[in-house]
Amino acid sequence: MRFGVLRFPGTCDEVDAQLACERVGEAVILWHGDRDLQGVDAIVVPGGFSYGDYLRVGAIARFAPIMESVIAFAREGGPVLGICNGFQVLCEAGLLPGALLPNRTLRFVCRQVDLTVEHADTIFTNACEEGERLSIPAKHTTGCWYAPPALREQVEEGGQVLLRYAPGANFNGSVGDVAGVRNEAGNVFGLMPHPEHAVDPLTGSVDGLKLFQSIANHVGAHV
Amino acid sequence: MSDTAVAPHRALGLTDAEHELIVEKLGREPNAVELSMFSLMWSEHCAYKHSKKLLGQLPTEGPYLLMGPGENAGAVDVGDGLAIAFKVESHNHPSAVEPFQGAATGVGGILRDVFAVGARPLAVLDSLRFGELDSARSRYLLEHAVGGIGHYGNSIGVPTIGGELYFEGPYEQNCLVNAMALGIAQHERLTRSAATGPGNALVLFGALTGRDGIGGASVLASAELGEGDADKRPTVQIGDPFAEKKLMECSLELLDRELLVSLQDLGAAGLTSSSSEMASKGGLGLDIHVDRVPLREPGMEPFEIMVSESQERMLCVVEPARVDEVLAVCAKWETTATVIGEVTDSGRLRVLSGGEVVGDMPVEALVDDCPLYDLAPEKPSAPIYPAPARTLPADADARAILPALLASWNVADRRPVFEQYDCLVQSRTVRRPDAADAAVLLLPAPTDAGERPAIAVSIDGSGRRVACDPYRGTVEAVLECAANLACVGAEPLGLTNCLNFGNPEKPHIAWQLSESVRGMADACRALDVPVVGGNVSLYNEGPEGPIYPTPVVGMVGRLPDAARAGRLGFAVAGDAIAFAGPFTPSMPGSELAKLRGEPLPDGLPEVDVAAVRRAQEAVREAVRRGELRSAHDVAEGGLAVALAECCLGGGHGATVDFRGAGSEGEPLLETLFGEGAGGFVLSGSRPALAALAREIQLTFVGEVGGDALTVTLDGDATLSWPLAELRAARERGLADAIG
Repeated sequence: MRFGVLRFPGTCDEVDAQLACERVGEAVILWHGDRDLQGVDAIVVPGGFSYGDYLRVGAIARFAPIMESVIAFAREGGPVLGICNGFQVLCEAGLLPGALLPNRTLRFVCRQVDLTVEHADTIFTNACEEGERLSIPAKHTTGCWYAPPALREQVEEGGQVLLRYAPGANFNGSVGDVAGVRNEAGNVFGLMPHPEHAVDPLTGSVDGLKLFQSIANHVGAHV
Repeated sequence: MSDTAVAPHRALGLTDAEHELIVEKLGREPNAVELSMFSLMWSEHCAYKHSKKLLGQLPTEGPYLLMGPGENAGAVDVGDGLAIAFKVESHNHPSAVEPFQGAATGVGGILRDVFAVGARPLAVLDSLRFGELDSARSRYLLEHAVGGIGHYGNSIGVPTIGGELYFEGPYEQNCLVNAMALGIAQHERLTRSAATGPGNALVLFGALTGRDGIGGASVLASAELGEGDADKRPTVQIGDPFAEKKLMECSLELLDRELLVSLQDLGAAGLTSSSSEMASKGGLGLDIHVDRVPLREPGMEPFEIMVSESQERMLCVVEPARVDEVLAVCAKWETTATVIGEVTDSGRLRVLSGGEVVGDMPVEALVDDCPLYDLAPEKPSAPIYPAPARTLPADADARAILPALLASWNVADRRPVFEQYDCLVQSRTVRRPDAADAAVLLLPAPTDAGERPAIAVSIDGSGRRVACDPYRGTVEAVLECAANLACVGAEPLGLTNCLNFGNPEKPHIAWQLSESVRGMADACRALDVPVVGGNVSLYNEGPEGPIYPTPVVGMVGRLPDAARAGRLGFAVAGDAIAFAGPFTPSMPGSELAKLRGEPLPDGLPEVDVAAVRRAQEAVREAVRRGELRSAHDVAEGGLAVALAECCLGGGHGATVDFRGAGSEGEPLLETLFGEGAGGFVLSGSRPALAALAREIQLTFVGEVGGDALTVTLDGDATLSWPLAELRAARERGLADAIG
């Protein structure tokens, strides 16, 4: 299978995401100014600071030419994974519910965190067990997921929360300890922690690889 | 001019004699443009006029050296055709005046130095000094300097993997912000900055040029701080990490496509310094049309354009046939690029505006003819620095001292600071900031044997100990850095330094500086580690006096197998613990002496550098063989603090035998908390440590296990600290102060 990893001006984690994808498949970098998705099977919107994020995180990136194609791809059911800034971009683009607010401390925090897998029967978590703990680093200033009560209830009841911070690990103040959430259709998923930085035992844990493996499993089963 | 007006050259920081020399070199009075440019190029910051003669002592040759001092950054060979380029630089005075932007642009500047030589930045480390944290000013400077470093480094995708942070009274007004960056390149990609090929185009690319940072190198960086420094805020530059990210990717793509003849970043003294350095290295001349420089605001004078320190700009020399391709790559990265001049064979730097020559100077006069001054060093007859304030209760015994030391600002857990930095991006970080004595980064090329080679890097310097003894304190700093590399199994390849001192025109500062450089030269020679480049920051003093003399040392090493990189924390219950190395603890000048308010001693004990080197090499080889489960060098707070750090790092307690040190009183305190070079705390299997004992001085002292640090003293007395108590003390120190 082939992943496409977006690159906006200011994206920082695209090479890490590409390397992570290449552990389970092929991966190409897709330039923000292009519209051609080059026939990829899944999209990763990686972390960093798209266009500097000086206005509001992700607010400019959602208007990039490539995003028109990504939105169309998502509407047709294509798997889209947003990591950190990518999660923020997908929320801004209306592909994922809720919004990301500044951390409770208003500071950037880089920390290894434990996550609990809430549902394992999804495109993004099928290589995990339900209730499994994943150790994955998080690093951001604007990672406090928020949704108004009605939307939050809908998201919870719809089983859209796939990853939660384990007890004590929610440093950013996200409501319901939400670390990662999918759309209603189940083909778009965003999370603040960085699974692409957890794919090599030498540099920490390998738990993040399970998310990429899950996507590869899904695509492999549907070709 | 009225009688009371200051002569223009004096207002710009030039002496009368220097002004006369400029007139002689030009054969006439310089005009305003030329005078501005000379004042910057002949400033301490650019010309090193008070330090250049001393720096000649430093060894700059070594088996791994690829590029030495004089280029934007030095570089060493790390095998497989790869080079690591690195350099440390100060941004002290800007940070003292405006800490967020001062620190942010310090990071931006050092990153540009690294990608200017064609290397992709891999990592940043910072060396920070502030006044004591009970001062509101120090807390303000710390919070904003750390914020600025994070803002810039995190946004640009370069991990901040390490650093050091100390708080001492003499830095209260004049904080130190030194930033070090490392980058990686293929050997053949290393790029020099010499302008060559008359007729080639000079292209300026990156951010627009504005009025920010005018006079930064001369007015701010080359004078003491004093009253009215708030008025100097406009001389501090404003950083834009997003612009730098684009500039970095653009520069690296231009080099990948082999479109450039040479490349140079714009730092202190802006276009003046970058262009004259490029011309000087190529032995050629340059014509610069300032009216072609894209401006952020209209109506800028030619001199302002030439001296602006606007950030995120680069200058390159391009063959005329390649100019269109260069402009296209810049357009792709949304980076403004303009042909602003050309290389000439005149040997002169000419500034043109509207077709008229507004400045015309021999390049040699600008770059090479600044007079170099001899220092007049004299050891001060009385102490320069007041004794630190006592913060420890007079009746504190060994039991109470350890938690107090762990909670003290210089020893406490650095997590509240380093958690504000991204230490992971680029997926190379094998040892994060609290996991080992040095940061460890994977190199890209796996070897056939399946081993993953890596580099290790550390940055160190203890101003207080250098203040006690400039020569031996500096030797200790170099040894400490090398010891940190040894603990992860790395062999040192090269060193960069930043010499932060007070006003060198004062004899006692000149003495500190010359003794310190002598110590660094001797230590580098003794370890066979060359200096690949560095930076000098002088005039770090205010009305209250000078900073502690603070030579900061950054060292890069290599290890063959990242999987065997050392850790500092005790890892396995039942492992044996040993003290290794030629370590003789002494109390004067230590952290404990500081907490007790003791004056700085005049002199530190002599260090047997050869014996320390042997111990470091033996520890390094044992780590490389995978025989040690942990290795940690003894530094601030002595053996007891080192043991506590090993316990907390690994989450295991320990029982350690200190019999022979007495059961109470000063000898016991000196054994537990005294400091000096050359000591290691190691853990591992007993046979592995016994093998090491045949090579170097090594004493078995105890065993890993339990949930307390327990030490046995004479007469079967014991002292015991639950790990939870030590952890709470260590975590509290900075967290309480930072909030």
